[in-house]
Amino acid sequence: MNDQGTFWLPPAHSTVAAETDALFYFIYWISVLLFVGVVAATLFFFIRYRRRKSPDYTINPHNNTLEITWTVIPTILVFVVFIWGFRGYINLSIAPKDALEIKVTAQKWFWSFDYPAGATTVNELVVPVGKPVKLLASSQDVIHCFYVPEFRVKRDVLPNRYTILWFEATAVGDYQIFCAEYCGTKHSEMLAKVRVVTDVEYNAWLDANANIGAGLAPEEFGAKLYTGKACVTCHSVDGKPGTGPTFLGVFGHEVQLADGSKIVVDENYVRESILQPQAKVVAGYQPVMPTFQGILKDREIDALIAYIKTLKK
Amino acid sequence: MSTAVFAERNYLNEPAGLKAWLLTLDHKRIGVMYLCAIMFMFMLGGFFATLVRLELLTPKQDWFEADTYNQLFTLHGAIMVFLFIIPSIPAAIGNFVLPLMIGAKDVAFPRLNLASWYIYVLGAFVGIYSMISGAVDTGWTFYTPYSTTTNTSVVSMTLAVFILGFSSIFTGLNFIVTVHKLRAPGMTWFKMPLMIWGLYATALIQVLATPVLAITLVLLMLERLWGIGIFDPAMGGDPVLFQHFFWFYSHPAVYIMILPGMAIISELVATFSHKNIFGYKFVGFSSLAIALIGFLVWGHHMFTSGQSELSSMIFSFLTFFVGIPSGIKVFNWVATMYKGSISLKAPMLWVFSFLFLFTIGGLTGIFLGALSVDVHLHDTYFVVAHFHYVMMGGTVMALMGGLHYWWPKIWGRMYNEFWAVISWALVLVGFNMTFFTQFILGTRGMPRRYYSYLDQFQPLHGFSSVGSWILGLGFIIMGVYLIHAIFKGRPAGANPWGGLTFEWKTSSPPPHHNFDAAPIAVHGPYDYDKVKAESTFFDYAAGREVPRKETVNQ
Repeated sequence: MNDQGTFWLPPAHSTVAAETDALFYFIYWISVLLFVGVVAATLFFFIRYRRRKSPDYTINPHNNTLEITWTVIPTILVFVVFIWGFRGYINLSIAPKDALEIKVTAQKWFWSFDYPAGATTVNELVVPVGKPVKLLASSQDVIHCFYVPEFRVKRDVLPNRYTILWFEATAVGDYQIFCAEYCGTKHSEMLAKVRVVTDVEYNAWLDANANIGAGLAPEEFGAKLYTGKACVTCHSVDGKPGTGPTFLGVFGHEVQLADGSKIVVDENYVRESILQPQAKVVAGYQPVMPTFQGILKDREIDALIAYIKTLKK
Repeated sequence: MSTAVFAERNYLNEPAGLKAWLLTLDHKRIGVMYLCAIMFMFMLGGFFATLVRLELLTPKQDWFEADTYNQLFTLHGAIMVFLFIIPSIPAAIGNFVLPLMIGAKDVAFPRLNLASWYIYVLGAFVGIYSMISGAVDTGWTFYTPYSTTTNTSVVSMTLAVFILGFSSIFTGLNFIVTVHKLRAPGMTWFKMPLMIWGLYATALIQVLATPVLAITLVLLMLERLWGIGIFDPAMGGDPVLFQHFFWFYSHPAVYIMILPGMAIISELVATFSHKNIFGYKFVGFSSLAIALIGFLVWGHHMFTSGQSELSSMIFSFLTFFVGIPSGIKVFNWVATMYKGSISLKAPMLWVFSFLFLFTIGGLTGIFLGALSVDVHLHDTYFVVAHFHYVMMGGTVMALMGGLHYWWPKIWGRMYNEFWAVISWALVLVGFNMTFFTQFILGTRGMPRRYYSYLDQFQPLHGFSSVGSWILGLGFIIMGVYLIHAIFKGRPAGANPWGGLTFEWKTSSPPPHHNFDAAPIAVHGPYDYDKVKAESTFFDYAAGREVPRKETVNQ
């Protein structure tokens, strides 16, 4: 593990970084070799064959063996690079099942982080060392991009969907978070820190911060919103169909839509149904639900999703 | 040198008068008019670039406000891409040399050619208007939803790019038809100079890809003006859709920029090695391969955008295959020099810059094509350095090589070789100082488009800014001696480099109708071995048959 950083790369402090760095240096040395080869040959020919009476016209300008050689060898090399890069990417894309889930919200020009236990922070992400952390990110306005160089992770944060990014920090310390997608005036100042702490410190921090604000876990907050925002009028939580389908046991399961297709109820579907209720109506129900666009904040939608997740059969 | 004369009757002076120039249908004059326009834009874009580098000299904000800085890098990018690089080689040099090289009197549609220039000028004026009326701050990529919500004149800038697209399409269409229909007798496809293969492949992309950009920009304008909700998530649109549309044009556009550069390099390597190009068909077909595969790789700009892993995998795979033909070209150019008779005149020095810089540009593309490494490098200075090595280290170096190569043909006069070498050296050193540092900034995590940055990046940014001044100085010197050459340079003669392609068979500057006697392709464009026996050629300026060695400036 590269703890100090090299000439090229910053210190590597996540489990995925070593793999990325190894590929980086593999490409790097191939590149150095090819570059030196091309430039050295050019310079050598410049000197050796500097204008003279006549070039050697006996050289055949067609040589299929040579052409095939310098086509096939690079092709094999880039194929190796492709496979290697793809494996790393899949690794970066699929979060471990037991990952700690934290909600990230980006907006001009700051980051906020919501923890399952109710803690919320701005521009400071506190995570335990040695535990996989899954970030569920969305934006309130334009596209932003969450980037931690020391972890070798980066993901765009979009206004209309959740994007997922995960990492497992391998060393305690403070690491820089950058916004990597241009987002306007203070793009350069949309900075935050990841504070990686020990398990014990993390739990203590979580306890100390959980009571901030409403002091509710998202699902509890969601339960309040369920009655407070009048979802209860049409959606039951005990399995009885109302004006709309029940919330009981729907999350993670497939439902039949009015147009005959099927969809699995996930975060994006619930969110879409709240913001654009007519987009995908469940079969057997009228398209009568009003949009909650502008009524529910993202945090509240998240809380409702968390609440619906708890309603298992 | 006795035959090195200046053709007194030439396209530059007959017919005379401003009106004759502004209404000209002569491809050479239109090429020269394009050349003036793009060089002005290169200056303007370069000026904005030095301002950007000036702000980045220190970590904190010191010369420009954040918003001003954002406008500066947008102007730099938009001017360099849309007003300079895309039209540079095809519309300026291509317009001048393409008909000459295939032995034609003009392009197939001279009026369309002139229209293309006026449309370009109109687009440039609309673009400049947007700068004055409220500079755009979206970056040259116009990503939504930022571009649909920012309070600057995105619509007029978008309109400018939309208009410019038509000028590009017109040029491309003209070139395709010209290459198909107007080649000289005997010039089969495989007797065409490689410059023509490159321009032909470029023209295909211009015609096929530019309309997609036009459609995308119209959608963007409609979205801003009437809120139709294609891209804005608040109206049910998808901002990532814009990225797909945008890169569907703008990635092929990268090949609109680099293919003509590669085309020039093929000419220069053969002429200055006095030897047949190695692997003619491989070099020629690789241009077409790049043009076609180039259409299928746009998604590699979006590996972190949230597109599906499957898409990313496919785009990464295809991306590596678009790199192979570029590699084939480089190897063939180097092989051409083997046992050649190499003359290190200014154009060949630019070939060296091209090989040096473009190889770095191409190889760093492998880092960005590799999915997991791209996640770390995406949207950092590594990307900025990479595309400057390709666009500037590749296309601009080739353009400069081409300018020095054809300058005596265009104006009939030679520039000062000493100052040419000085300028070349300054540009090579300045360029590497400016941009190599940016690779290191990028791998260490410095994101793009920051006007202020963390203190740890200061030494590299400072070094880069100093490099930009050296780079700028190199180009200023070049501007001075090239312009000086137009008026005071010594006569160049018809064929100062001993080239075999048709443009060297006519006087410098060429007559209005290009050739006094229609040329016939007897041998291939680089058959130096076959032509050696007939080592004289007809110098139209001298009006007689002259030995080859007489005009090769040693």
